[in-house]
Amino acid sequence: MNTAVIVFPGINRETDMAMALESVTGKKPHMVWHTETSLPNVDLVVVPGGFSYGDYLRCGAIAARSPIMNDVRAKAAKGLKVLGVCNGFQIITEAGLLPGVLVRNADLKFVCRDVRLRVENNTTFFTNKMAKGAVVSCPVAHGEGNYICDAETLKRLEGENRVVFRYVEGTNPNGASNDIAGIMNDEGNVIGMMPHPENMIENLHGRTDCKPLFESLLAA
Amino acid sequence: MKAKVKVTLKNGVLDPQGKAIEGALGSLGFGGVNGVRQGKYFEIDLAQTDKAKAEAAVKAMCEKLIANTVIENYQIELA
Repeated sequence: MNTAVIVFPGINRETDMAMALESVTGKKPHMVWHTETSLPNVDLVVVPGGFSYGDYLRCGAIAARSPIMNDVRAKAAKGLKVLGVCNGFQIITEAGLLPGVLVRNADLKFVCRDVRLRVENNTTFFTNKMAKGAVVSCPVAHGEGNYICDAETLKRLEGENRVVFRYVEGTNPNGASNDIAGIMNDEGNVIGMMPHPENMIENLHGRTDCKPLFESLLAA
Repeated sequence: MKAKVKVTLKNGVLDPQGKAIEGALGSLGFGGVNGVRQGKYFEIDLAQTDKAKAEAAVKAMCEKLIANTVIENYQIELA
């Protein structure tokens, strides 16, 4: 399986993500700089976390308009798998790959801690090695993870089983609608999530709860 | 030609920053503040001298980048 990680100025989790991908695929991902105009031939593209462009204007807004994102959009429309994590989730929503938007955490505080995450849909390319309803521990680190969308979109996401991850009741760190931590597009080939599964896969991370998410990539 | 663009949150979109400012005004002793909504303001210097063309260009800029129309409205003023 061949993968790529997109790198923007201000991103800081690209190496963690690259190591997580390599740990399951056995191959180093292509690291693709944002000024490139076309992706290498890969099965999965990951937009990693960080603070692209210092979160200027709106988090993810400027990165979403960078040259490489045109090709990410075009290939995603043809079925290429895309995963956006944290700032990557913000970037792919700003790029129109997923509906809604991530806004400032409801209590205005940057949150950096482990949360309890429930797998709501275990039929996706990133969750097929998990049981439906499984609860994992996963770190979050963000100031703008409060997912919102219009009422009709929210109804569709819920009705079409497109909420992939939800914060366990009472642990929502940011005020996100319906405790949403991660969603997918209607074709299921684009997933965005605020938590950082790439930082919960090795004993050195304290726990390995999120390793099966990466192992799911191989089965998809 | 100069464009002045105001970007504001749509009604109903939670504005925690506005709420925090409202709270701070209250604690400073400013009474009678019923609400605060925070927005953004941009000044764009344009080479274009035709007002209609400038307006169309700035509108496209707002739609494509300056505002996220899922949650924000924008107002353009040209001078």
